[in-house]
Amino acid sequence: MPIRRLFIANRGEIAMRIIGTCRALGIETVIGVSAADRNSLPARAADRALCIGPAHPVGSYLNAEAIVHAASGCGADALHPGYGFLSERPRLAELCAAKGIIFVGPTPGQLAAFGDKLRARAAAEAAGVPVVPGAAISSAEEAHAVAERLGVPLLVKAAGGGGGRGIKRLTRLEELDALLQLASAEAGAAFGDARVYLERFVARGRHVEVQILGDGRGNVLHLGERDCSVQRRYQKLIEETPAPGLPDRVRGALLEAAVRLAASVRYRGAGTVEFIYDVPRGEFYFLEVNARLQVEHGVTEAVTGIDLVAEQLAIAAGEGLRFTQAGIINRGCAIECRINAEDPAADFRPSPGRITRAQWPQGEGVRIDTHIGTGADVPPFYDSLLGKLIVHGPDRETALRRLHGALAGTRIEGVASNIGFQRDVTDDAEFRAGGVTTDFVARFLERRPPCASAERGAHG
Amino acid sequence: MTLSAAEIAEIMRLIDESSFDELNLEMNGVKLQMRRSGRGPGVPAPEAGAQALATEAHAPSRALQASSAPPAAASSGPGGRDIAAPLLGTFYRAPKPGAAPFVDLGAEVEEDTVVGIIEVMKLMNTVRAGLRGVITEILAADGQLVEYGSVLMRVGDGG
Repeated sequence: MPIRRLFIANRGEIAMRIIGTCRALGIETVIGVSAADRNSLPARAADRALCIGPAHPVGSYLNAEAIVHAASGCGADALHPGYGFLSERPRLAELCAAKGIIFVGPTPGQLAAFGDKLRARAAAEAAGVPVVPGAAISSAEEAHAVAERLGVPLLVKAAGGGGGRGIKRLTRLEELDALLQLASAEAGAAFGDARVYLERFVARGRHVEVQILGDGRGNVLHLGERDCSVQRRYQKLIEETPAPGLPDRVRGALLEAAVRLAASVRYRGAGTVEFIYDVPRGEFYFLEVNARLQVEHGVTEAVTGIDLVAEQLAIAAGEGLRFTQAGIINRGCAIECRINAEDPAADFRPSPGRITRAQWPQGEGVRIDTHIGTGADVPPFYDSLLGKLIVHGPDRETALRRLHGALAGTRIEGVASNIGFQRDVTDDAEFRAGGVTTDFVARFLERRPPCASAERGAHG
Repeated sequence: MTLSAAEIAEIMRLIDESSFDELNLEMNGVKLQMRRSGRGPGVPAPEAGAQALATEAHAPSRALQASSAPPAAASSGPGGRDIAAPLLGTFYRAPKPGAAPFVDLGAEVEEDTVVGIIEVMKLMNTVRAGLRGVITEILAADGQLVEYGSVLMRVGDGG
């Protein structure tokens, strides 16, 4: 069934990204916005904007009933959930189905299976995909046995967590009981699911993930990998493809494992299979599946030339996969920097406010995904992402040069931003050499703490 | 110890005429919180408090599952004051198809007068005037999809 009118249940840069593809395809867009986003760029760029609730996301972007009622009321054929908010909640997909609206994403069952990180681990094991050594725990005795077998440090993870949330590190076995209680209580409060599990902590690991597309009938393609090892507190800051210096044997096995897992559940739509690559051991392990479009999907688009949103819509409309694996060719290197309204000098505290000046760079191989222009508001209720610089070049050297130029040409005034921090990181010798591990940013910050004056620019 | 609807309305009137914006009353196991209405559009209403209690006291009998919506946002507009939609949904002017509308042009309303229903995914939410006066204009049609904060009706002083 062709999609003629798409409801966008999201905000910010990803809403603009979806509107862009819809314009190219001649699909009408209706966006559901909160009261704080009535005058946002996506609200003005969509064909129609409906105010779905108050600024606080609980009443608006997390209000599945209001969203689906709005989508149904405006006559949308399909709903795109973007990322974050309700994008991976089975409830939204179920409500869409009840109203006869196509949900642009996996089935509710797949969302439920991958949303539960223990079920996801079990699915990976069943598909013969290696998982991080660890186990679910149901009693204190069991926890101690598992912890002693794994050794410290290890991670306590919430079954309902994911995306870097609900993770605690244990460094002393004597603290296991106390940490488990705390982690379980926090998980219960944050995710409504108190179950936790233990995993070996990979001290020197790289976060490498695989972009996949599935038709829901068991056919799955991969679009290469992304390296997202530049993270702070499990939140990604820089992503690139291909993963620099990853041995070909590892890359091949990783891509194949991702496809095998997705095919085993007849995955539908775009998704990402995340792995941690243990550098000293030379082994990779499954982490989780993100059953949606990722923030960093743009680097994959840059090297493949494939519009992932267009493919999501095609799959949702029942067209299936429009490529073969051999037809997907990854060319060159692409790097993305996330530009956030946060203050590196104040422990990366979010910095909402009004943008008094926004200047984004242009140039060969430079793509900007943003909803922020001069005069835009950055409300305090949502994430702090202002935009993404995506650079592409025939090789990493060229891409790095373009990134340097793009960062130099980016100006955000009125709120604090991490532009200066991103410049420092991308000029760092270790990052430029490629293949950093996930502890890189923490080590970098110890080496050179961000200084206050550089970050605020003309504003401070 | 309970409070009757009339007593709550009387307390509301007293607050309205006073210089206070908020009342917290606790007596014999009854807890009553009230805040003055008249907040601007788009300002989230307080989550609990007087409204919840008042709604229970006044809950109209309905065939369908009912829940209480926060009070409609009221504001001063050029043509008087507005009754705004407290949530997005389908607006109904009458308790059921064919029935007389809750209010019509010229109707006198008080803060707790039910002026319509907003349906969200089969859940019926009563909409109260949130202010007193006379309905001078009805902007939302029966069965129309209304946005959060959109003006449903205008209210004049009725003098």
